[in-house]
Amino acid sequence: MLDKILFLLCLASALADERCMPDTPHGFQVRLSIKTALGDEAYAWNENEMFLFRATLAFAMRNHMTGQQFNVSNIVVCDETERVSFWFIVTSPLDTSQLIDQENVEAAIRRSRNRINSAFLLTDKTLEFVDILPTLGTPYVHPTPPWLIAFGVVMGAVGAGIIIMLVSSAVQKKLKTNKKPQDKDEDDEEETRVKTMENGVARDGVYNMSFSEDERFTAM
Amino acid sequence: MKLKLSNPGLDDRILSHQQLDKLEEDEAGDRPKWDNKAQYMLTCVGFCVGLGNVWRFPYLCQSHGGGAFMIPFLILLVLEGIPLLHLEFAIGQRLRAGTMGVWPAIHPYLAGIGITSMSISLIVGVYYNTIIAWIMWYFFNSFQDPLPWSQCPMNASLTGFVSECERSSPVDHFWYRKTLNTTPTIEEDGGLQWWILLCHICAWSVLYLCVIRGIETSGKAVYVTSTLPYVVLTIFLVRGLTLKGSLNGIKFLFTPDLTELANPTTWLDAGAQVFYSFSLAFGGLISFSSYNSVHNNCEQDAVIISIINGLTAVYAATAIYTIIGFRATQRFDNCLSGNILALLNAFDMAEGSITDNNYNQVVQHLNETHPEVIQGIDLKTCDLTTFLSEGVEGTGLAFIVFTEAITKMPLSPLWSVLFFIMLFCLGLSSMFGNIEGILVPLQDLKVFPKTWPKEAISGGTCALCCLVGLTFVLGSGNYWLSLFDTYGASIGLLVVAFCEMISVVYIYGIDRFNNDIKFMIGHRPNFFWQASWRVISPLIMFFILVFYLVAKVSEKLLYKAWDPESEKFPTLEEKLYPDWIYVIIFVLAGIPSLAIPFVAVWKCLQKKRRNTSNLAVISQLNLNEQ
Repeated sequence: MLDKILFLLCLASALADERCMPDTPHGFQVRLSIKTALGDEAYAWNENEMFLFRATLAFAMRNHMTGQQFNVSNIVVCDETERVSFWFIVTSPLDTSQLIDQENVEAAIRRSRNRINSAFLLTDKTLEFVDILPTLGTPYVHPTPPWLIAFGVVMGAVGAGIIIMLVSSAVQKKLKTNKKPQDKDEDDEEETRVKTMENGVARDGVYNMSFSEDERFTAM
Repeated sequence: MKLKLSNPGLDDRILSHQQLDKLEEDEAGDRPKWDNKAQYMLTCVGFCVGLGNVWRFPYLCQSHGGGAFMIPFLILLVLEGIPLLHLEFAIGQRLRAGTMGVWPAIHPYLAGIGITSMSISLIVGVYYNTIIAWIMWYFFNSFQDPLPWSQCPMNASLTGFVSECERSSPVDHFWYRKTLNTTPTIEEDGGLQWWILLCHICAWSVLYLCVIRGIETSGKAVYVTSTLPYVVLTIFLVRGLTLKGSLNGIKFLFTPDLTELANPTTWLDAGAQVFYSFSLAFGGLISFSSYNSVHNNCEQDAVIISIINGLTAVYAATAIYTIIGFRATQRFDNCLSGNILALLNAFDMAEGSITDNNYNQVVQHLNETHPEVIQGIDLKTCDLTTFLSEGVEGTGLAFIVFTEAITKMPLSPLWSVLFFIMLFCLGLSSMFGNIEGILVPLQDLKVFPKTWPKEAISGGTCALCCLVGLTFVLGSGNYWLSLFDTYGASIGLLVVAFCEMISVVYIYGIDRFNNDIKFMIGHRPNFFWQASWRVISPLIMFFILVFYLVAKVSEKLLYKAWDPESEKFPTLEEKLYPDWIYVIIFVLAGIPSLAIPFVAVWKCLQKKRRNTSNLAVISQLNLNEQ
């Protein structure tokens, strides 16, 4: 009788080991890049860290499948490498011969991803669950596009500037037309003999200052 | 033995030295004047120093042997740039007219030169401001963190990123899709893009505000637009030098490769760059110079501005390439770490067992022991030189490469704002010269009624150019812009510059010109000027013109299109222009240049007709008397 029990126990443990292997359809591969994430403050990966991982995963499973009391022993790990990568499977707490299917494990991990990451001071990229894609952070969408605000400010300033320039020209012209009747008498004396350009041919003429109103500085 | 073509009646068409002095004394002239010398210098520097110094020169430098490119550049600067600049300044200052007044004064048949200059200024002005509109768009978008071109937008179902963006890159996507919304071919116009339309109107409004009263207002604006770029370049240089990998960029830029000097394209590109960089033959410089006092030292001005222009090009290249070096080094590091990670994962090796230093040996070793695994991983080739030479000229440099580099720097919105303010100032100050080259000939041609005030004339011109520029706001606008850029300005300017030299030296007469300069600045131009005006510069212009024509005519007319359907996406696909584009190219490139001989012939015929009619009148009078 005892032999049978012993044999069954060995079989059970052997079975458990066999179910956890690389490329198992029931589990996932995990890769940790501790040195990349933490640089000089990287901790060494050892048994205790592995224990924390199994505990965190059990926590995640408890969160997802409410009611079921997952334990550290339910998380079976194998094929640990130097890289710090390993495979794991999850057994049901009610019956260790039963494995939790991949979808449930994935859902559990997605749900508690943040907590799992922060337990190890890592990120989605450095604590990689192979084949579980991290959910993308949605870029923030502004209610009013910020560029419209900047455009409005600049356009408003430019528009105001143009209006000010046009108005000041009009005002200047008004002042000039008011001053003109007084200046006209003085201008008659200012005449100079100058060669002027007319139709591309220079003519000897008298430069009458009163008519040399700035063609270039026309007012409105 | 000096060659001089007969030019009767020249004295009747221009003011003599005594008249000029009198004009100066009495301030009886009606031309606008500069408030002070600084305004004039800053305006000319602003006109010369433009976007080309920032995004064309560094590329030429790097692709034609780095430091070795300085040699042809400096030689041609001295032999071609400075003499032409001095010539334009001197002739404008002496004849006190814009381009439409100067050439007919020298000889009535030369009026075509003025018309060509004006049409080229018009063509360039119309598309150049669209580039400023793009710059403004990026500037407006810089006031947010994170910058919109740093990450891909989500697709409609929020399951992932937009596929076009994933296949290319966030900066490419923002430029081609979010900014230009470019169509795959030039025939599809894609409609007006409203956001660029707003920026387009804004750009023209800013320009109108600055040129509303001619140099009275633009002379004030240049205090900011001409000096701010230098401040920003210095900031970028200092910031760039503190970034990792910046020295890689500078080394790449300046490492000389003297074998490039044997390549004629190097000399051609250097000559073309010097020529276009000086904004010669647009007519703007002649105009600006004509507002000076008669005894202004134009020789000194020409030398100073040329030196500033050359130094700015080198300075800008250095600042830009520190940032380019940083970006390339970042890309290289990412590429390498990606490969290392792939190797670590595939072989389950401990982290840190493969580093940048032993990467090559490890790969080699693994290739010998496990070749199939290495094949399966598909390692990328990481070459720093490739990253350094990626798409670093023109709009590609400013809107794709540089913006990507900025997103990797801390405080990105600040650098983005600074960068685009600098580009905006560079572009705007060049536009002042362009508008001068359009407005002054229009006024001289009396296109606008006399009663219109200055504000209305500049407003009308800006509005018209804004309307024509709507072509570049379409979906296919980018293709039209590069068409205008390649064919609109290049040939015409070379022809005009060549004709300018020949006209001044041989039709106006080099003796008279020398005397004029002696009158204006106090001493005759020395041997260097004589040799360069009479022989060296015209020869150089002629060679550049011929080689340019040959190069342009023999090359296939292709344009690079952004086509998400193409196989080579995201690389731009080269497509052939449709046939009706050839007509447009001819109109752009040919008609302005043909204006010179055409107008000469027309004026000749007009004169003959007037002579025959005069003779008829005289003989009629004689008959009546008898």
